[in-house]
Amino acid sequence: MSCAIHARDLRFRYPNGVLGLDGLDLRVTHGERVAVLGPNGAGKTTLMLHLNGLLAGAGELEVAGIRVGHGDVRALRAAVGLVFQDPDDQLFMPTVREDVAFGPLNLGASPEDAVARAAEALAAVRMEGAGDRAPHQLSLGQRRRVAIATVLAMRPRLLVLDEPSASLDPRARRELLEVLGRLDRTMLVVTHDLPFAAELCERAVVLSAGRIAADGPCADILGDAALLAEHDLELPAGCDLARIRLRTPADPLAGVPAPQPAWE
Amino acid sequence: MSAAALHRSGIAGDPASPIHRLDPRAKLAGFTAITLVAVSTPLAGWPAFAACAVALAAIAGVARVGPGVVWARARVVLPLVVFAAVFVPFVRGGPEVAVGPLSLSEAGLETFLLVSAKAAIGTVSAVLLGATTGFPDLLHGLERLRAPRLLTLIAAFMYRYLFVIADEARRMRAALAARAYHPRHALQSAALGRVVTALFLRSYDRGERVYVAMLARGYDGRMPRLAALAFRRVDVVFLAALAAVLVPARILSVAA
Repeated sequence: MSCAIHARDLRFRYPNGVLGLDGLDLRVTHGERVAVLGPNGAGKTTLMLHLNGLLAGAGELEVAGIRVGHGDVRALRAAVGLVFQDPDDQLFMPTVREDVAFGPLNLGASPEDAVARAAEALAAVRMEGAGDRAPHQLSLGQRRRVAIATVLAMRPRLLVLDEPSASLDPRARRELLEVLGRLDRTMLVVTHDLPFAAELCERAVVLSAGRIAADGPCADILGDAALLAEHDLELPAGCDLARIRLRTPADPLAGVPAPQPAWE
Repeated sequence: MSAAALHRSGIAGDPASPIHRLDPRAKLAGFTAITLVAVSTPLAGWPAFAACAVALAAIAGVARVGPGVVWARARVVLPLVVFAAVFVPFVRGGPEVAVGPLSLSEAGLETFLLVSAKAAIGTVSAVLLGATTGFPDLLHGLERLRAPRLLTLIAAFMYRYLFVIADEARRMRAALAARAYHPRHALQSAALGRVVTALFLRSYDRGERVYVAMLARGYDGRMPRLAALAFRRVDVVFLAALAAVLVPARILSVAA
């Protein structure tokens, strides 16, 4: 079976001369959840836009069995779901239902099928009742979950999330983790939130100056304080990795156990 | 317009009323007809104005949109129109009538009454349409009535992002106020110009990001359609009832 992502010597430079990717090699197999870590400007978003054919650099890139830049762009966009950081960029239709149905309709689904897929996707992110609401009536956490639904409705084989936990309050963040923990799908999670990565992803790669600087099990990467410091990453003070259990589709509620009362 | 005013707009009255549940196309056609009848009638044809007013009052009654809501919304546009017309009686020539200590042009007074009546009926029509029809439904109705696709698309994006931009403007204003910005005269308002510039640049950037997000979901230049609208018997009854009131009144006013 082909890899979910197979990038070889991927290079990209923006028109203004800024280096985006500098010989990136990455291989992700189906079903893996990979955290992409790295400081600002490391090339994380550039990589994300490459996966969907929105940017095209030199080198070889195959995503979900499709050679990017050679194959069918529509099939590629159906196979790869990008969830952008600001849900206000992603949700542009007057109602949530229309927004979630936008992708399936573009892929040629009938209106009935699109509505059914929208309902299914909204249920997957636990936003069943929000179909008729306008995006501006939702909280940031709800909008982010709807943004994920807009992509799930396209039934992608690979889900790419850009900073999914940014500016969420602890409750919205936990709800998001539970929703994502349930999804049985190949996932690439671009994030600065290291405990978030530890709860969701079994593998992590560190991106630095447009190339992969480290690749390994998430617990090992996050446990290597010297490596994190070298790439301007750090765990929050007092964060105990040993207590974080990985959420899996079979056990989406694992997360961080509640603290034990001191008197027990 | 403040963000709070934006959030106050939209559906009012009883959302389950027969008027609210009409097909948006029927409502668009009905309210447009009322406005056209009012606009095309001369002052001598006052029964037509009365018929329009009765029709609007009946619709408001069925939809349970109270006079307070209508007034609060009409207030935004109505004074501008009436303000423009209020000077006509003073500047128009011809025979004059004395109203208290003032001597007013008769023809000018007629023009003022005519403009006010037409403006009031047109404005209340629009207010009732907006209070009984959600904006997305209105756009669907316009689309199905073959309004230019580009215009409905622009209106849809404007509706969606008006809230986002109003929110950004509110935050920037708060940030200015938090640093003790309190302009006393026009020369000190240069900072406001920069806020507007920043807002424009941000909105432009956002436009680019929205477009990329649309491409990522397979957008190929054509906006897909989702809901089909159904024109039912009750919509036909609504339009027929309006016609029964408006057509005789308009014909009578021609005869007059």
